[in-house]
Amino acid sequence: MANDNYSMGVVRAFSLMTLVWGVVGMLVGVIIAAQLAWPVLNFDVPYLTYSRLRPLHTNAVIFAFGGSALFATSYYVAQRTCHTRLFAPGLAWFTFWGWTAIIVSAAITLPLGITSSKEYAELEWPIDIAITVVWVSYAIVFFGTLAKRRVDHIYVANWFYGAFIIAVAMLHVVNSAAIPVSMWKSYSVFAGVQDAMVQWWYGHNAVGFFLTAGFLGMMYYFVPKQANRPVYSYRLSIVHFWALVFTYIWAGPHHLHYTALPDWAQSLGMVMSLILLAPSWGGMINGIMTLSGAWEKLRTDPVLRFLIVSVSFYGMSTFEGPMMSIKTVNALSHYTDWTIGHVHSGALGWVALISMGAMYYLIPRLYGRELHSTKLVEVHFWIATIGIVLYITSMWVAGIMQGLMWRAVNTDGTLTYSFVESVQAMHPYYIIRFAGGALFLTGMLVMCLNIYRTIAGARPVVQPIPQPSMAH
Amino acid sequence: MSDFVSGYWSWFITVPTVAGIVWLLFFTRSQSKSGSTDGETTGHVWDEDLQEYNNPLPLWWRNLFYLTIAFGVVYLALYPGLGSFPGLLGWTSKGEYEDEVRAADAQFGPIYADFLQQDLEKVAANKDALRIGERLFVNYCASCHGSDARGSRGFPNLRDTEWMYGGDPKAIETTILNGRQGVMPAWEIPLGGQDGVNAMAEYVLQLSGREYDAQLAAIGKEKYPQLCIGCHGPEAKGNPAIGAPDLTNNIWLHGGSRQSIRETIGAGRMGRMPAHKDFLGEAKVHLLAAYVASLTGDYETFSDER
Repeated sequence: MANDNYSMGVVRAFSLMTLVWGVVGMLVGVIIAAQLAWPVLNFDVPYLTYSRLRPLHTNAVIFAFGGSALFATSYYVAQRTCHTRLFAPGLAWFTFWGWTAIIVSAAITLPLGITSSKEYAELEWPIDIAITVVWVSYAIVFFGTLAKRRVDHIYVANWFYGAFIIAVAMLHVVNSAAIPVSMWKSYSVFAGVQDAMVQWWYGHNAVGFFLTAGFLGMMYYFVPKQANRPVYSYRLSIVHFWALVFTYIWAGPHHLHYTALPDWAQSLGMVMSLILLAPSWGGMINGIMTLSGAWEKLRTDPVLRFLIVSVSFYGMSTFEGPMMSIKTVNALSHYTDWTIGHVHSGALGWVALISMGAMYYLIPRLYGRELHSTKLVEVHFWIATIGIVLYITSMWVAGIMQGLMWRAVNTDGTLTYSFVESVQAMHPYYIIRFAGGALFLTGMLVMCLNIYRTIAGARPVVQPIPQPSMAH
Repeated sequence: MSDFVSGYWSWFITVPTVAGIVWLLFFTRSQSKSGSTDGETTGHVWDEDLQEYNNPLPLWWRNLFYLTIAFGVVYLALYPGLGSFPGLLGWTSKGEYEDEVRAADAQFGPIYADFLQQDLEKVAANKDALRIGERLFVNYCASCHGSDARGSRGFPNLRDTEWMYGGDPKAIETTILNGRQGVMPAWEIPLGGQDGVNAMAEYVLQLSGREYDAQLAAIGKEKYPQLCIGCHGPEAKGNPAIGAPDLTNNIWLHGGSRQSIRETIGAGRMGRMPAHKDFLGEAKVHLLAAYVASLTGDYETFSDER
């Protein structure tokens, strides 16, 4: 009877597309990193200029790679922890094809220069509407599955996935509100500093809910599963969940320090960003401490290492973030490549590593195979880690240097450096960053090879739904 | 400065902020009382083996949380943040900016005031002044005129000897202070269409000693006294009083190809040098004018030392 089995087809589809989009998004990232070091690589072709490829990179890694990983794992985790099939599996398949079509349309429109010019929300209004439809379908499938669960308590991972789905719906609808003037051009309904505030309310919560809450959901399932240990603290998960979702939503104004944004909004953004430190670290503690008593597993299990190192990077970048939101620090770091380094310590170190770890856990189980090579996972882990370290350290040095060069003043009050001199000084660091990104991409290719070898010729396995362990 | 259109919005900000922070404290405290470290789980099991320990909140974590909240409370008391409450320190970003500008003016103002007293010729002969001028130039002028001051299409080269509005230091200072608005009207209709434009372009090429079509140039030459002479003059040497360029020196602001010249004549050109008087102040413009004047005819030197 079909209803005794989990519906894993859509999970498999999203899992494999996670790998595909990972390669695509990271490749575009490496290309634009190379363009910054060697601008001649624009080739004077408008479709290949940095300005058009950069949003393609961010959309591909965040929404295509990260998004597919979130769809795959949330559908998997919700079913397994609710002991029930997906609600409306047909609608779940619609989210797969819809989301994939949206990504393809992004890959076409962005190089053509079709953009709303809102960062991380560049897609034009017809695609925005499609996103809304797919997202509402996603919410129906996810919450429908939760509603028909066969256990009393909703597992913590699902709280985070749920918060992510609700918040992203709200953010997307508000920030993308626009008046179309033609099929492929629209203007935001907000103007001036209010537009900027809405944009960064969206922008920072895309980080907070898409790239944090969603992936914390992933962390709460795959870390205890892979470590085979109970989650460290239920209390902590409650407190940090509510504190996190409450506080994140206020933090956006720290992107607009020292701008036309009123002082009160800047202050609130900074204060809430600082208060966000402990709630963020709550997730890190719960992830890492889940390993207490089983630390030796890190030596032998590279998949677990992916998961735990990602949580460590999460802790590091959620310390760095509040620090950078302090106005005095921000005065130095804002508009420099330090910000880019910070984002990538979260994006590569946290989001990508935990997704890779989750996929190493998930995909073999979907096909009933053992991983082809643990050795290759180990190789991937080290290539990726070295890549991340090169990337973020070069951007730290470059960003702080930029900030110091821009503010250096001579005894006569003139600026010591012209802008172009600061650009020139960046060149070696841009090359190091390119190398770091190229390593990270190489690791991703190693992963694809390993997964291909793992599942080549394999039949998807049917996963029967087990009885809940205890009656609650 | 609160920017609120009514008192309601101030409360709209203040109440949820304060209530939210108080709630964070109470909620954390309420969850701090239970939990145990003896390895007991909550008793729930998901997906066969997923469990949760009932460990209490780590003390250091809780204290870190309280510490950041305490910082937030103090900060919101001292600085603007709670709606239109200005904060006990009375700090504003505008006030801080003005203080910084005042301090900078007090510190650096005398240096510039001293140079402002001196004739431009004297300033232009002063190495220190030129160094300041160069630094000002690379920050304020280079985005259009290039960091080597050689300009680009539509933006004049400042190292050659061609000056549309006069190249003596005083004229340069006037240009920087007040800006310039250059207009070349579109002549396609008065010239009787594209053929007339092409003929005039040949004459202009002839004027600057380039290869040209003699037959067409003769047609253009006939029209010159009616249409062009008013601005560019009887000898086509231009008129710096209105910024009409010399047409005989083969220096081209908007490109010297046959096609570019046809476009300039047929469709006209607009050029705008922004005014810098209010932006930079007279003293800095004085130094910039001296620096730019020192570049005239100087194709070589551009100090790399800094």
